[in-house]
Formats: sequence, C-alpha cells, structure tokens
Amino acid sequence: MKRRYDAIVIGGGHNGLVNGAYLAKAGLSTLILERRDVVGGAAITEEVIPGFHFTTFSYALSLLRPQIIHELELPKFGFMTLPMPANFAPMENGDYLLLGADDEQNHHEIARHSPHDADALASYDHLVATVSHAIKPLVDSVPPNLASKDPDELARLAELGAHLRSLDAGTLHALARFLTGSAADILDDHFEADILKALLASSGIIGSKLGPRSPGSGLVMLYHSMGEHDGVFHRWAFHKGGNGGFTQVLARAAAAFGAEIRTGAAVTDVLTSNGRATGVALDDGNELEAGVVVSALDPRRTFLELVDPRELPTDLVDAIQRMKFDGTSAKVNFALDGLPTYPALAGRTDQYQGFINIGPTIDYLERAFDDAKYGRYSRHPYIDACIQSTIDPGMAPPGKHVMSCFVQYAPYHLAESDWDTIRDEFADTVQAALESHFPGFGDLVLHRQVVTPLDIERTVGLSEGNIFAGEFLAPQMYFFRPAPGWNQYRTPIAGYYQCGSGTHPGGCVMGGPGRLAAQQILGDRR
Amino acid sequence: MLQRTPFHERTAALNQTMLWRHWAGHAVPDRYQMSTKREYYAVRNGAGLLDTSPLYKYRISGPEAESWLAGVLARDARRCRVDQAQYTLWCDERGFVIEDGVLVRTAPDEFLLTSAEPNLAWFDGLRTTERVEISDVSADYGILALQGPRAREILAEVAPDAAALPYFGAVHTKLADAAVVVTRTGYTGDLGYEVWARAHDALAVWDALVAAGEGRGLLPYGSAVLHLARIEAGMLLVDVDYRPSRYAWTDEQRATPAELGLGWMVRDAAERRFVGSVAIATATARWRQVGLTVDWADHQRVHRERGQPAPEDHTPVEEAMAVYGRRGDQVGFATSFAFSPLLKQHVALARVPVHLAKVGTPVGLEILVDHLPVAVAATVTRLPFFDPERRTA
Repeated sequence: MKRRYDAIVIGGGHNGLVNGAYLAKAGLSTLILERRDVVGGAAITEEVIPGFHFTTFSYALSLLRPQIIHELELPKFGFMTLPMPANFAPMENGDYLLLGADDEQNHHEIARHSPHDADALASYDHLVATVSHAIKPLVDSVPPNLASKDPDELARLAELGAHLRSLDAGTLHALARFLTGSAADILDDHFEADILKALLASSGIIGSKLGPRSPGSGLVMLYHSMGEHDGVFHRWAFHKGGNGGFTQVLARAAAAFGAEIRTGAAVTDVLTSNGRATGVALDDGNELEAGVVVSALDPRRTFLELVDPRELPTDLVDAIQRMKFDGTSAKVNFALDGLPTYPALAGRTDQYQGFINIGPTIDYLERAFDDAKYGRYSRHPYIDACIQSTIDPGMAPPGKHVMSCFVQYAPYHLAESDWDTIRDEFADTVQAALESHFPGFGDLVLHRQVVTPLDIERTVGLSEGNIFAGEFLAPQMYFFRPAPGWNQYRTPIAGYYQCGSGTHPGGCVMGGPGRLAAQQILGDRR
Repeated sequence: MLQRTPFHERTAALNQTMLWRHWAGHAVPDRYQMSTKREYYAVRNGAGLLDTSPLYKYRISGPEAESWLAGVLARDARRCRVDQAQYTLWCDERGFVIEDGVLVRTAPDEFLLTSAEPNLAWFDGLRTTERVEISDVSADYGILALQGPRAREILAEVAPDAAALPYFGAVHTKLADAAVVVTRTGYTGDLGYEVWARAHDALAVWDALVAAGEGRGLLPYGSAVLHLARIEAGMLLVDVDYRPSRYAWTDEQRATPAELGLGWMVRDAAERRFVGSVAIATATARWRQVGLTVDWADHQRVHRERGQPAPEDHTPVEEAMAVYGRRGDQVGFATSFAFSPLLKQHVALARVPVHLAKVGTPVGLEILVDHLPVAVAATVTRLPFFDPERRTA
C-alpha cells in the first residue's frame, strides 16, 4: 500500500470526490479517504431491505454545477438525471395544487386557486431566473478575500463591483431582498393564493432553522431556486439510482482520472510540521504523507478536530466556534407495498412523480417552526416527500415503491428529551401526517427508516446534523463562509485546504466547493 | 383520408397531449406525456414502446428472391440468413442513395423489407423475372418497437425465445397467442426489439407487452423522442439527413453510401453486381458523415456574452446548419441538431470534407443567438454519440 501522495482528501462525500477527481485529473497522485464503508457522505443510496433502495439522506439533484458534469466527463461514467415531471401540494381541505411539465397547463391549474397568481408565477419565475443568472458567476468562482490587502484580491473585489454594477437596478434590488428578506414577504409581493405561496416558501426553510416569515429565508429560497436542469433554472431531478447513484458516478470518474479511493479509513489527525501539512494519521495507527491535505468535512471538524486549534489564529477559532449549525431536519423513509391514494385524485398516481409538499399554508409552516424555537419537533411537520420509484424502476421491485420523506422541524437540540428516546414517537407523528392526507397509508408500509438529526451527525459526521455543513445565514456565506479571511479554501496551515459544503458556495449536492477548492489548490502549486 | 395504425385504439387512449404527427399518411402520437423527457428517459432508463406501423412494408418472395435482392440492394442480401435482419440501402445506377431500410429474412425464399417512403414502383421496375414476387404488405402488419435497457426483461415475460435473440436476429414466435415476427432491431441505438404483428392481432400484442412492462418503467413514446434518440444513435433519417436520389434536383443534394458513413455495406462493390455498384466502386467521396459535439463552455460563453442563459433544448432541429473551418469559411453542413439530455451536450449529424473528418478536428457550427449567426466551437466526433454495450450485447 502506497504511503505517500501528492494530495490526500479527507472525506468521500460528494465534494471530496469532486475535489479528488479534479486533483487527479490535473496529474496529482491523489488519495480519497472515507471513514465509512461506502463513499458518498450524505448522498448515498442504501438497499435497506432487499430490492428497496433508499435515499437515506439527500434525495434530489438540482444545484450540481454544470461545469462539473462536463469537466469531469460524468456522462461517460453513468451520469443520468431524471427530471421530475410533477410537483404536488395537497391542501388541508382535500384540494391540491398539482404542477406539471407544461407551463400553460400549470396556468390553468393555478387559476383554479387564483387567476392572478397564474400569470404572476410566470413573471416570478422570470425574476428568479434573472437573479440566478446574475449571480451565477459569483457562485462559480472563488470569492474575494476581504481581509487581504494583496493587489490580486483588490482586483478581484473590483471585478465583483464591476459585475454588480453591470446589473440593472431592479435585479440588484431583487437580489438584496432575497438575501435579506423573508420568503413570505417576497412571495406576498407576487401572489395571493396561500397554497402557491406555501409551496414556494418551503424551499426557503429547507435545512434551515428559519420559518417562512424569518428574515433570511429569502436567501435559502433563492439558493434552492438557483438550481438548474438542462439550462432551465429552478428545476429538480432525481439521479438514476438516487443520489448514491450520483456519487458512485463521481467515484468512477475520480478513479478513472487516477484517484485512489479507500473506504473504512477514518482520519484522526492532520499531521503538520513547522506550520505545514505533511500528511494524515488514521485511526488504525497508520500515517500517510502528502504535501496537500484537503478536508471535505465540515468547518467544525476541519478546524477544531482534525488539527489542534492551538495551531490556528484565535479569531478563526472563535469564528468557527460561533458558526451556527443547529440542524433541524430529519428523514423518515418508507418501503411501500403500493402507491398511496389521495382521495381527490383517486385512481391517479402521476402526481407522485416529483416532490410531494406537505405544508399547505404559510401559517402551517410558521407554526411548525414555532415548535422548533422551543426545542420541540413539529407536531404538524412540514414534509417534502418523493417516490423516486415512480419514474426510476430500479429503486424498488415491480409494483412496490420507496418513499423518501424529508421532515422539518426536528431540532438537534431538544428541550425536554433526546432523539434516541423519541425517535419512534417522532416517526409516528410524521406517519400520522401522511395518513391524514393519504388514508390507508399505514397499510402500505412495509418498512420504516428513521433518520434523526443525531443520526445524521453520527452516521455522516455533519455537526449537529446540519445538512448544509453550517447554516445558510448571510454572515456565514460568500465572504464569510466558513470564516472571514478563510473563504478561499486555504487554512492558516500551509498545504491544508478545505473543500466541504461549509465553504463557498455552500451545501446541497452542488460540488461547487470541491471544484473551486481544486482550482485554488492547483493555482497555489503553480 | 388520414390512416390509423392497428394500435390506434390504444395509442389514442394514452396520448395525454393530443399532439399527433403525420407519418406516411398515418396519425401517430408526437408525444404521449406532457414531459417529453419523462418519455425519453423511459427509453434510456426503463423501456419504451413505439408504434412504428406507418413504415412501408414489402414482402419479397419466390425462388429467386435472394438473388434478385442481391442485385437490387446495396448490401449483400445473400449474407442475410434465415432468422436474421439486415440494415440496408438501395441506390440508383449512379451510386447515389435512394433509401435505407431493414431487411428481414423470414424463410429461405421470403423476405420482409421496411422503408420510410414508398418504393414499390422502383422495385417493380427492377423486376425481370416472374420467379420473384413483391407485394406491399404495409397494412397487413402493425409493428411495435420495444426499446430500452429493460426491453429484454419485459419481452422475456411474454416471448422468452424472442428475448434471447442476438443483435439483428429474427424469430417467428407467439406473443399473446398471436403469431409474430420479432427482430432485435430499432431506431434508438439502445437494446431493443421490433415486433411484427398481424393487424388483427395488434391490440392483443400491445396489451401483453404493456402488462409485462407494468412496474418495469415501460412507457409508450412518440415521434418526438424517436427523433431525439435516433440523433444520439447517429441514425440517418431520409429527407432530413439525405435526399432520396430519385427526388433530388442536383447532385449536391445526393449522397453516396460512403458519404453517409455507410461505405462498409458496399466495400465489396467491385466484386459484386448490384444497382449502382459500378459507380460506387470507382467513386470518390466528397464528404464524410460525422458527428459534431458542441463545446459546452463555448456555447455558454456565446450566450452569456449576450446577456442570457444558454438554452439546452432537446427538441431536434432537423434542418441544415453551416459548419465552418478554422478560417471561418464554410466547409460543410449539419443536418440534424439537438441537445442530448443524456450526454448533456448539443450534438449534430454533419457532413464535412474528407480532410476535416478526423475525430477531434475543431470546427464551428452556426447557431443563432438573438437572431445573429454565431459560430460556436464544436469537435468532430465518432458516431454514434450514444452507444451502450447493451445495444449489441
């Protein structure tokens, strides 16, 4: 077994794989180390019971940077996105909003709820696309370092200024509103139908300890809307075989470019000498050498666990200690004997071919958040469900299905209990919410998998179960992700880099951090 | 009057879009689903069922059927054994392509031949003996194409001997108690089969295949997906990628087998006699048929520079586009163009001069951005663009 590499990447999540693939493609002898026996981090698919493939954690694809698809030649390795042809939002009165692949047909469906909104959605979508297009160059480049006086950094800052100046005032103002405002405020400006507002606002709370009326939920909503599929913003897809199918594609690409991937290899420490990274120590006592060590773990583990914080500047350690994680998301996944029945659409199942959004009003979502503020899980939870097996036949045996349910709010810090004690009670609450929309749901359940925020932390290593590796709050983004002055993937230890979702642009199965970190690493070697 | 295929009752009931296309005088669904890509990915990730009945179908029979076909078709029909199928061409005496189709040998003295356009009079005109009979059996059969990675598994449920066919194999078998001919052929570049059913058995065959596909990702697909899939598969379409020699005005519009990338069918033209062989044996190709892959980053750039996101539209553009050389001079032309949802790239079928046909040669492909022509960077690519092992395995 080789002991010396040009680069070692700690963590085989999707960003670690992306980073390792780019480094290997550039000719570096690269080793990717994964603690678990499967790569993918929080983007894995597991055959929990025979024939049923669960997307245990993350479950859909949209924000993946398209450059990665091309630069890493992913289609050669089996990359296949299956766009969702439906978006289904049940209502409390038994009605629903069912959006499909055809915008003109959607117009008539929305008009059932509000003729005004039917037109307003088109202009809102265009606004989101305009803002997304405007900030895309910022998402896909290394952000300037505000703390640096380097002329290159000042030039980069000037470039950013020039780019912002090139936008028209309306776009810039809309951007400012998204970055600072609440999802509900922004949506109130455009729409009147609560069901449509709630459907759109739900992407402003996903993964975040925010309600739709919290300032800052606009940023989360914009972030999720920036995702694109085949050149169209705000579109979501499944990857064939779930997100684990996607990370297996990444692993094949990385291996094809020459990266070595080792599973069951937990790193305990990054080794340093005279302020330089020299390698890593594994929990089996072995040590491996490398001039470049990249952490794909979250900022807390990158700066406070893998290295001795005493080697780091105090202001950085302070910033990382203050960084908010505060996970609030859980998963409850089901193996089903058949498809559920929605009474108003009895006999139809096409509504299940995309997201199923249980969160019918802004008030419902806000009340669900209220529970979380006081350290309780939501009594009436928000659920983002999907049944990938409806369009991807490999996910479950013929006639059977797998249903992924992303659930909020499930605060990591519970006030009066602990997750291991209440996991089943929590899952029962989620199942009851599904039963109330889909009568007879319980009879279809063949198996139930409960994933609490504590499980996310324990299994994947994301601190406090935060799915973004650090909350999407303005002071934790761009210039400041993960800390002021350390937003360019470097660390104070020469040769030690960071490439996880805790760096710019951030979380979701995006790959941006892994790609940009590789650019920085390769640039520094020149 | 617009014709209906033997499957019409089923396809009409399933066509959610009410969009139809006219194909050889028949109404066929353009697409069934509101989402074309949903249908497309059924073909690439599950299985798709296409009503391809509008094809013209000819039965060529009699003791001299084989030798006659060998003299009429460009590819050597004598090499098509019983229970085999053959993709073939036929040319005029000047060696220009008239059309392409699939020949199936169902017995020592019986063949079936498909073509997209009528050719009966052409073939009749070449018939010099009573020991060959040609009849138009177009209305006697419905044909279903079952295509996609799960096609074999689905077919195995209802016709196990057909599921076991080798690439371009053919078999007489039973499906839903109906006598059918199944071939391991298709127009998607994927694993696939085509099922010939008697018109009166058509609905029973459809129903049996649909039932077998339940829970296995089977969807019917229409012409829109067919045209996209065939571009990815590098398969040519008459009147789009080439003009039948019989109806061309100029030789510029005509193409030889070699110029369509099908020279392999006629490599032995000097040793065989068939219509066009003398010309083909001595002809020099003016063009090479190639694939072009548009550079993704450059396509992004030319749109961003004009303040807009780059469209990635899977709807095939089946008309001529200019291909430019290094100095900006036009050197060739593309005939079919689409964004491949699977390859995540714009691809085109094109003809370029022989010296520019080497894989990897950089060229420019003309697209319109804000109604202005822009040459976006592209690279000559080997066809087919999409070629999974399962296609022939």
